[in-house]
Amino acid sequence: MSRFARLCQTSIGAKQVMAVTGLLLFGFVIGHLLGNLLVFAGRDSLNGYAHKLRDLGALLWVVRVVLLVVFLAHVGSALRLWRLNRAARPEPYAVEAHLVTTYAGRTIVMSGLLILAYVVYHLMHFTLGATNPEYLKLMDPKGLPDVYRMMVLGFSNAAVSGVYIVAMILLGFHLSHGLTSFFQTVGLNHPAYNPCFKRVGPVAGVVIAIGYISIPLAVLAGLVK
Amino acid sequence: MKLESKVPSGPIESKWDKRRNEMRLVNPANKRRYRVIVVGSGLAGGAAAATLGEMGYRVDCFCFQDSPRRAHSIAAQGGINAAKNYQNDGDSVYRLFYDTMKGGDFRSREGNVYRLAQLSAAIIDQCVAMGVPFAREYGGQLANRSFGGAQVSRTFYARGQTGQQLLLGVYAELCRQIAAKTVTMHPRTEMQELVVVDGHAKGIVTRDLVTGAIETFAADAVVLATGGYAPVFYLSTNAMGNNVTAIYRAYRKGALFANPCFTQIHPTCIPVTGEHQSKLTLMSESLRNDGRIWVPKRAGDKRDPRQVPEEDRDYYLERIYPAYGNLAARDVSSRAAKRMCDEGKGVGPGGLGVYLDFSDAIKRLGEGVIRERYGNLFDMYERITGEDAYQVPMRIYPAVHYAMGGLWVDYDLMSNVPGLFVLGEANFSDHGANRLGASALMQGLADGYFVIPYTLSNYLAGQKYGAVAASRPEFRQAGEEAQERIRKLLSVKGKRSVTSFHRELGKVLWEHCGMERSRGGLTKALEIVPAIREEFWENVKVTGGAKELNPELEKAGRVADFLDLAELICHDALAREESCGCHLRAEYQTEEGEAKRNDKDYCFVSAWEHKGPGQKPVLQKEPLEFETVHLAERSYK
Amino acid sequence: MNLTLRIWRQRNAQERGSLVSYEAKDISPDMSFLEMLDVVNERLIAKGEEPVAFDHDCREGICGMCSLVINGLAHGGRRATTTCQLHMRHFKDGDVITVEPWRSRAFPVVRDLVVDRTAFDRVIHAGGFVSSNAGGAPDANALPVPRDDAEKAMDAAACIGCGACVASCPNGSAMLFVAAKVSHLAHLPQGHPERAQRVLGMVHQMDLEGFGNCTNHTECEAVCPKEVSISHIAKMNREFIRASVLEA
Repeated sequence: MSRFARLCQTSIGAKQVMAVTGLLLFGFVIGHLLGNLLVFAGRDSLNGYAHKLRDLGALLWVVRVVLLVVFLAHVGSALRLWRLNRAARPEPYAVEAHLVTTYAGRTIVMSGLLILAYVVYHLMHFTLGATNPEYLKLMDPKGLPDVYRMMVLGFSNAAVSGVYIVAMILLGFHLSHGLTSFFQTVGLNHPAYNPCFKRVGPVAGVVIAIGYISIPLAVLAGLVK
Repeated sequence: MKLESKVPSGPIESKWDKRRNEMRLVNPANKRRYRVIVVGSGLAGGAAAATLGEMGYRVDCFCFQDSPRRAHSIAAQGGINAAKNYQNDGDSVYRLFYDTMKGGDFRSREGNVYRLAQLSAAIIDQCVAMGVPFAREYGGQLANRSFGGAQVSRTFYARGQTGQQLLLGVYAELCRQIAAKTVTMHPRTEMQELVVVDGHAKGIVTRDLVTGAIETFAADAVVLATGGYAPVFYLSTNAMGNNVTAIYRAYRKGALFANPCFTQIHPTCIPVTGEHQSKLTLMSESLRNDGRIWVPKRAGDKRDPRQVPEEDRDYYLERIYPAYGNLAARDVSSRAAKRMCDEGKGVGPGGLGVYLDFSDAIKRLGEGVIRERYGNLFDMYERITGEDAYQVPMRIYPAVHYAMGGLWVDYDLMSNVPGLFVLGEANFSDHGANRLGASALMQGLADGYFVIPYTLSNYLAGQKYGAVAASRPEFRQAGEEAQERIRKLLSVKGKRSVTSFHRELGKVLWEHCGMERSRGGLTKALEIVPAIREEFWENVKVTGGAKELNPELEKAGRVADFLDLAELICHDALAREESCGCHLRAEYQTEEGEAKRNDKDYCFVSAWEHKGPGQKPVLQKEPLEFETVHLAERSYK
Repeated sequence: MNLTLRIWRQRNAQERGSLVSYEAKDISPDMSFLEMLDVVNERLIAKGEEPVAFDHDCREGICGMCSLVINGLAHGGRRATTTCQLHMRHFKDGDVITVEPWRSRAFPVVRDLVVDRTAFDRVIHAGGFVSSNAGGAPDANALPVPRDDAEKAMDAAACIGCGACVASCPNGSAMLFVAAKVSHLAHLPQGHPERAQRVLGMVHQMDLEGFGNCTNHTECEAVCPKEVSISHIAKMNREFIRASVLEA
């Protein structure tokens, strides 16, 4: 068996997979947010950016495949560890009590699964055109695919925006525990930096959630049309 | 019976070398054919099992706890002595030897004590090599402190958890041997009987504490390292499970019990709060460096200590022993505290306590300094009593702490039953009539790491391996004795709980054979104890069955042995008509309450021989010969 | 004070257990929690009922034997306190107190509140030692150890192996226990020759025993009676990564 496979089979190895893939996905979440925020810079900026991405051609596919693998590894590893953890405590306590653990920490698997469900919907909605095939036919005056229009149309639907907002709050929760955990899992723990590590997850969670949520709110408020 | 100590002749410095050179060895290829039983997994037993395993013997090690890591060596706080002279303050093997002899009030065997001092340095080397995190100086060298009134700094320590760190080191080495399959560990297993075949110790009978199964184990030699019996007093600083059962049952099979009445009392423990009290917690004696001990002058004065004005306080140690004051020797200050309480001046619930007051020290040095010096002790005091000792004086009271007595062993640590070796607190050998602080850990490790590997091999070399099988009738018979005993305990079905008997026994022993003993008191105790025992066997109520985890049954077996032991202790205390070390006979003391030794008539080890149930034990004497030290009056003045 | 206890009773590993209620009357606030149980047991014995079995030994917070989950918290959840040093003054008259055993697949219940913690021993067998036979050690001062390293090693070595970390972890993880030993020996030069095989072996055994894994709840650190820090878990993670990536 390869060294890597052996490593992944141990609990700590699987946690390293969670940490590294989690960090990569966090990078994607930031990049995706920055791209999306171009919606506030106007139709041309956003559509131009989207066009450039598609122009990457083969490279885009490489990135997509890597993202998919990373995503599956993150989810797969999480589910395996979750199953092991459930098995480790077959009989629950009659009285459940905690001293320090956070709500985000206790529900990280739940928030992760809900985000997974959302991502599937999100891809069908905007990328694959499965729910709204008409989105993919939208073109802007320059003849580029009209991502801007797609966003505005999509978020004009209050129900769609609602789901999106809830999902982004869950993402914030997920990151608040996950990102802080990252440091501990890869072994970064030092009294001088621990307060910073502890804060970085919640802060990033809030910033990312607000960033994403600002878009549907802006659409619903008529600030972006 | 003639007791031969087998201490080699010649100058004291070369006795151990001489003995080692004479000893027979076991061929390396044959070692794995020999089986050795080690009962107990503390510093002595754990070190012995691990080392014998390393040497290649097949070892079975037994402990009653769920893991060998929990043996009571773990609770030793202060440290471990070693004649390393790292501090360049004049320490030497001879000085450690002499201090230990003097501390024991010249009732220990010179040869053994000298060897202990010689081996002390190698113990520290070994412990460091196995990763014990001793305190260090900034330069990376080992730190030392002065302990228990010693004039040199020779005590090595790991915060206040030295015993824990040493035991975990030993436990780790034991685990390595368990993984290497040289040692088989039997946790939650208690020894019930010793099996003696043709005069040699060849096995034991055990009870599996989870299933209740009685099993027999045959071996080529048996090592007992089962610790001390201080809980015979019910309340002590020892763990709840510490017991005399293993060595007492060996005593019933012919091993001699030496100096049973030598039990050490520690002056600074947290006092009893009521009948429910199950154990006493020791607090470091260093507290007496800055605290002042007092009681109200008037008996029955129940005022808040802060409201008692200076003129109504009796700083009795400072008054009676002006030279030493609050630092008077352990036994002297313990007895003084008891006397104050007997006069009705005791403080706290139950009136069994004296104040240890830091208010003057706090005024003089500031709370910060006191916090720095004793912060963790004050925290512990608060955890247990709920009182803040920075505001209210602490309350302290003496408690039984250590048993110097134990099975009689020769220089090789072998009892008078060939093949039965006894190590650590379970034997009597090194501490005489009182033990020096920070010496218990040293003795356990010296016995286990550096004595038994040689002396046991010497014995085994003269034995054919596997000569005795567990199919011998002696094993079946010992197994039946164990079964019968359990059946008997369960069949009494009386009205009183085991603990109630234990508590009653403890009170009698503490009253008549505690800090101060007298002919009258001991004679009385020798009437009361058999009566309690008689009632025990008629009226004890042991719940549960034999074939399950049954803590009440375990306790009952141990208390039954304590009831027998208590009588032996009183016989021993009565027979020793002198005061020495911790053994103070009211009839033999100076006007200041110091022990008055009688070297002319009592310079011997009392070794008691069991003569059967209900029979008075017979005293055998091993005369103590002193070639190197001169007997001096112990005086800490 | 008068209390109501709900105590887990289970005859043996095979039979099912359940919570049983007991009245504990006239309890003194000066009693330790275990002394309170002693009193309850004495009364049960007087009534001819079987007393509650629980593990305990030193009763001074160092042997690691006592192991009760009190109102959902291991050792009762007070800072730096084992069950044996938890005192009844922290409870109020009329309180209902639920007492359960450590719950973990790796710690099966033996009887009532007694569990089998030999899984911890087996983890140590897998490498929690320095291989150094008696007799061959060099002078103790031959190898200087920086004071800070010795202190950090001691912080980790203070672990008493009680298993509260496992009991309190929502995942039943033993990471704090295993990390304490790995970190103790990794901070000392004596531990270095075997550091890689030690961490790999112990983690492997930890997984085999059926302990869960760490999701950084840090409950373990909060209940640890010796305040062993989760920084040792990070240290173990580093040791593990180092050994997995670099060692042959």
